[in-house]
Order: sequence, then C-alpha cells, then structure tokens
Amino acid sequence: MRQRRRLIGAVALVLLIGLLGAPLLALLTAGLDGREVAAGAYLWDVTRFTLLQAGLSAALSVGLAVPVALALAHRPDLPGRRLLLRLFAMPMALPALVGVTGIVGIYGQAGLLSELAGWFELTRFPSIYGLAGIVLAHVFYNLPLATLLLLARLEATPVETWRIAVALGLGARDILRFIDLPAIREVLPRILSLVFMLAVASFTIVLTLGGGPGATTLEVAIYQALRFDFDPGLAARLAILQVAVSLLVAFAAGRSAVPMLVEAGTGKGRGRPQAGSRWRDGAIIGLAAVFVLGPLAAVVAGGLSRSLPSLLVDPLVMRALATSLVIGIAAACLGLIAAYALALAAAAGPARFYDVVSLVTLVVPSVVIAAGWYLLAHRLGVAGWATAPLVVLLNVLMAIPYAASVLIPAVRALAERQDRLAVSLGLTGWRRFRLIDGPLLKRQMALAFGLAGLVSLGDLGIIAIFGGDGLVTLPLLLYQRLGSYRTGDADALALVLMALTLALAWMLPRSVAGDPTP
Amino acid sequence: MLRFLLTAALLAWSCLPVRAGDTLTVLTYESFTADWGPGPAIERAFEAECGCDLKWVAVGDGVAILNRLKLEGDAPTADLALGLDNNLIAEARASGLFARHGQSLKGLKLPVAWTDDTFLPFDYAHFAVVYDREKLADPPRSLQALVDGGGAGKIVIEDPRTSTPGLGLLIWIKAVYGDKADEAWTKLRRRVLTVTPGWSEAYALFTKGEAPMVLSYTTSPAYHLIAEKSDRYAALDFPEGHPLQIEVAAKLAKAKSPALADKFLAFMLSPGFQDQIPTQNWMLPAATTSQPLPPEFEQLVTPAKTLDLAPGDVAANRRAWTDEWLKAMSR
Repeated sequence: MRQRRRLIGAVALVLLIGLLGAPLLALLTAGLDGREVAAGAYLWDVTRFTLLQAGLSAALSVGLAVPVALALAHRPDLPGRRLLLRLFAMPMALPALVGVTGIVGIYGQAGLLSELAGWFELTRFPSIYGLAGIVLAHVFYNLPLATLLLLARLEATPVETWRIAVALGLGARDILRFIDLPAIREVLPRILSLVFMLAVASFTIVLTLGGGPGATTLEVAIYQALRFDFDPGLAARLAILQVAVSLLVAFAAGRSAVPMLVEAGTGKGRGRPQAGSRWRDGAIIGLAAVFVLGPLAAVVAGGLSRSLPSLLVDPLVMRALATSLVIGIAAACLGLIAAYALALAAAAGPARFYDVVSLVTLVVPSVVIAAGWYLLAHRLGVAGWATAPLVVLLNVLMAIPYAASVLIPAVRALAERQDRLAVSLGLTGWRRFRLIDGPLLKRQMALAFGLAGLVSLGDLGIIAIFGGDGLVTLPLLLYQRLGSYRTGDADALALVLMALTLALAWMLPRSVAGDPTP
Repeated sequence: MLRFLLTAALLAWSCLPVRAGDTLTVLTYESFTADWGPGPAIERAFEAECGCDLKWVAVGDGVAILNRLKLEGDAPTADLALGLDNNLIAEARASGLFARHGQSLKGLKLPVAWTDDTFLPFDYAHFAVVYDREKLADPPRSLQALVDGGGAGKIVIEDPRTSTPGLGLLIWIKAVYGDKADEAWTKLRRRVLTVTPGWSEAYALFTKGEAPMVLSYTTSPAYHLIAEKSDRYAALDFPEGHPLQIEVAAKLAKAKSPALADKFLAFMLSPGFQDQIPTQNWMLPAATTSQPLPPEFEQLVTPAKTLDLAPGDVAANRRAWTDEWLKAMSR
C-alpha cells in the first residue's frame, strides 16, 4: 500500500516539477538574455525586505487567525456563522488591486476612518502607505484563509475524543491545552509557510501600498526583469532564488512541527462540549468580521454604480464570466486530483518534503511560468490549440498548494486510523477510496475544491501572458476597463466577481461553513 | 459538364473579395481593441477598403507587445505591431524584428520632427500632472513648484521599473534637472503618496480620492469632460516643458502578409483611422482627421514646450537613471 502511494506521489511530483521546471529551463536557455545584470546590493536589499514583510504578514495573519478559529470552533451555533465563513472565502479570489481599493476605502487618505476622524475633528488618520499598509493588506487577504484552514483542523477532532473529554470532565482550559492547541500546532507550520509564501510572491499590494521603492520585493525585481528589461534568463534565475529562500524558511518552519498528539481527520465539528466565555468568543468573531468585511463592503459600495445594470447584460461580461467559471472549475477538479495524489504520497513518505513541495508553486511567479510555457508552446508550434489547455494547467499548478493544505493533514490522519482496517478487509485502490476514504474525506475534498476554484477565479498573471486571442476572464476584463479610464465599470465588475466568488463559496462544505450534517 | 463546373468554380473563386490567405494580424494593446476602444471602427473601415480580414491580437500594453514579439522571435503570429511608444523604439529596433515602413512622413502632425524609417506614429500626448479641482485649490504651477512645494497636496506616481508613464517622469526630471535630478527626486519624494506598478493603479487611487494629483497625460481630462460631462479633473501646464509619448506602429520583418501591412500603415495616417483616436483612444491624432476635434479638446492644456530626448539616449541611460531614482527615493 505504501509503495503504491509512493508511486502515485512520484508521478504527481514528476508532473509538478516538469510543469514548473520546463518553462524555467526554456527561459534560461532561450538566449534572450539582456545586457544588464541586477546589482548585488540591490538584490540583497530586496531579499531582506521580502523576508521582513512576508515574515510579519505571516506571523500576524496566522497569529490573529488562531483566536478567531478557536472562537468559531467554540460556537458552532452562532447565528450567521455559515454566511460569515463563506464571506471569509471571498478575499481569495479578489485580484490584488480590488483588495487594495477595498483597504484604501477604509484605511486610506480618503477612507472611512479618515472621514470619521475628520467628523470628530480628531487628528488625521495616519497614512498606511509603507510597511504598515503592506502588512495590513496581507492580513486582510490571509487571516480569513488561515482561519478557514485552522477551523477545518479544529473541527476534524473526532467525536470519540470529545466523549473522553466529557467523561474526564475537562474544563475550557484543559480542552485548549490538551486538545485544541496540539491540533493547531500540528497544522500551524504548514499554514505559516503558506501565508509566508503568498506574501513573498505579492506584487501589486507591495508596490501600490508600499509608498516608494524602499518597499520592493523579489517579485518586483522578477517582474521588472521579465517586462521592462526583457531578460527572461535573469527573471528565471531570480525566480529560482525566490524559491530557494522560501524553501529554506518553509523547511525551517517545518522542523518546528510537532508530531500529532490528537487524532484527527474524521470529526464533523460535532460533540465539542460547551466551554469558554460566550462574550469573549463573540467579541473576537465580531472584530474579525468587521476587519474582513469592512474592505469587502467598500468594494460592494463602490460597485453599486450606474454602470452595473448595463454590465450585467453585456455579452462581453457574460462571456468573461463563463470563461472564468470554466477555467476555475476545470482547474479545481484537476487541482483536487493532483493534491490528493500528493497527500497520499505524503501519508506514506517523508511528509514534510511533500508538505513543502506542494507549496512551491506559490513562490514560482506565475508570470514567469506562463512566459516560459508561451515560449515553449510557440517554439513547438502548438501555440494555437495549446493556449486554453495551458491556461487551465497552469491554474491547476496555482491551485495545488491550497487544496494540498487541506488534504495532506486529512489524508495523513485518515491513513493512521484506517490503514489496518483496510488491510484486514483486503480493500485497496479505487474500492478503498469509494468505500472508506472517499466518504470520510467528503468535507475536506469539498473545501479543497472550493479553495482551488476560488484561487483560479482570481488569476491575472497567467491570463495576462496567454490572453489576447479572445480568451478573456473576469479579472482581465476588469483590468482592461481600468486601463481605459472606466473606473466605474471596473468597480462594478469587481462586484460581479465577488458575487461569482460567493456563489462558489456556497459550494464549500456545509459543515465547515458551520452547519453540521448528521 | 465537368468543365463547366470547374470554370464556374474558378470564376467564383477569382471573384471572391476575400481569399483565405488575405488576413492581416495586428498585435496591439487591450484598450485599443476593446468594445469602447478605436479597434472595432478601424477594423470595419480598413476591411471595407482592403477587402481583407483584419484580426486583432491584444496584450496588456506596449511593453507586453514588444516582449511577446521577442518571445515569438523568428516566427511571429502577427504582421504588424501597433502601440509601441517612442521610449521603446531603441529597444525594438535593436531586436531586429521590424522592417521599414516605406511611408511618406509628410502628413504627420506632431509637436516634434519625425524622421524614423521603421516606426510610424499614429497618436501622441504629453505626460502631465492631472489634478482634482475639488481637492486642490492652489495646485503647483511649475515642475519646480511641484518638486519644492513641500507636503501639501500629494501625488501618485508610477514606477519607472515597471511602467512607461513612470519612465516618462524619470525622463522629465532628468531633462529639466540634469545632474541635479537626484536632489529633485529627494525633494519630490515628500509629495509622493505612493509609487504604483502601472498607470491603472495610479489612476484608480487618484479617482478614489486618495491623492489630489497623479502622473498621467494632457488628454486625460478629455475623457472626464466628454464621457462623464465633468470638469473636475484638469492637467497642469508646466513652463519647464513636458515630455511626449508618441505611439507608433511597425511592420514585422517576418510578416506573412507584408503587402497588407503596408496598406494598413498607409491607412493608419488617413482619416478612416485617425478619426477614431481622440474620443476612443483619448490621445491626439498624429495626422489629419475628417472633422475638427470636439470642442472639449480646446479646454485641454497644450504645453508650449516639448521636452524631446533621443530614444537612443533614453535606452542607453535608463538603467543608470533608474538606479539614481531608486537611491534618491529609498533614502
């Protein structure tokens, strides 16, 4: 069984590395190198700032997500909880610029808080442009994601554990210490690495809210190398540097991982004894809700413009909507399969290795991968028909880290619980999946699918390289309108995109969204 | 009977105005071919004139056009590139991907002389600081006032490492301040709210009210005047002069339909093309239009002085100037 899992994992790994490595190689050997070489001191500064802002963003996003996830786990019956969790999935699919306008709508120079400060004749609200703004935006994007992932783990604690806890008469403090914190510590390194890598690869947020070139990340240098300096070789080398730096940090974080102390994987968020302060939980959830929903509301308010009704019947918009949906769903299906394969391998092999590898695509800039594949497709003479499949495939790559973040811990926990049973019953392969793993993983699969779909829905990097021949997604359309003065249209399209996101978030598993099903 | 059918088929074939091979593929930027852009009308007009099929392929912007052509190398999918600009010309020429246009330059109406034999202009505008009249009662009236003016009235600028307007401002400061450019940047820095990766982000922040000034074009207010009937935004006329963005087109050396590409370049300077530029592309036409410009264009700023740097100078010094900017702005 382990061998078969390793084989599946090896296949997935080879595909993953091939899809990432081939374009990098193509760019490195294309003979398109520019004349200039990036200065060492500049690169050093840029790398340092990248690590600083990514470290801060990860620590704050995840650190703040822990109490929020705990509070949500304590209150499965909180009114509006299900809606809130679905709204928490929305920032994932928002293009960075839309998120930035939402943030600015609340915290900016002309934002709500500034206006309130003026209303009460207080001193000006401090400017967010700089490190503060970057971290604020990253927390806005990643606190909800970290919360969803932590909550998925907290709710996986099986009913049996809770029965024992009740039988032993554990109080709130003991439950936290012996059940919840070990569960959190088990997934924390992975979630920290995920958010860290997302922040490393951040580009629009860093430049737009950074206030000046003092805030420059490696991703900016990569983009510069690929665009203005057109030095694909340098872009590929910088991308490799970014991967190396991120992997070092991720492995270091992985070293601190604590072996599992609590059984996990098949709980349904049920059976937890009531404990803890209702008021404190309510306050924490309320604060998190205001923090995440504020900028989202600003985007909604901006989108309710005069152009909204006409956009809703615009055939171009409808076509982009359909294109986005098809790409998102196709990428989510394939991403789910790939992540499941990696999770199977992780359950059998060196778990930390697969953990980290499944995150790598986050820090290989999608523009670099897309440019490399464009070059390859063109050289091989398949650019015509290969465009759409490549767009989907590269979106799959981007979706894998999210889906794997849900599936790797779940599959590992399941393997420990069910392997002996399966062996004794002689169940293997597809039959085992259909009879044992599939039904038990239904919720995690749905969450992984939803996250994967959401992240492809918001893609701009891949489509920007491959688009142009009639292949237009909703985020690309939004950017096009913005590029020709139509800010009002762009705001309204952001609203359409949010509605689509919410529709997809509705498909997230019911129990993760706070509605335990029997 | 067979002979008759064959003859009829041949006759029909020769009468068809469009043969399968008669397609002109033009690589351009997205806002040009969008529904609301000049592309659709230009396509109709050109197809009626040439009896061929015009196909647009659109990417993000001028830099993306050049990069896609470099990625495609010897086997371009397009016959013609439309939407490079004057500051990209040196690099585009060095790529060796383009052929001479062979067009007469007599009909050109540009604020500067144009002699390039490969890159043919189709529209232009000056870079300018656009300001919000509702937020700024007393805007800076010169580049010097903008640079020296202290903290009141912030500006959003674009990054010269990633965008052409950013490069435009770099050239502007260099042309006016020369060796003292780094000092000027150090002073201007106090006024800069933030530096965005591209024009879209900067203009979005500006129209959201984040800052009362933005680096854009002299023609930007025309959009608000005509499409939104609003005179809230206006460009500032700086006596030191303004640098120019000239958008150009060029034929690919490896074009599959070179004759059609030549036809298109000639058409580009005719009213059939130029009429669409002012109110669809929001730039100034590079040649004669059939009608005078809309009256709103008279309200636009026309800089008395144009700062004209040779494309070669810009290409040769871009890296050094960018480094100087980086140092001054990160200090």
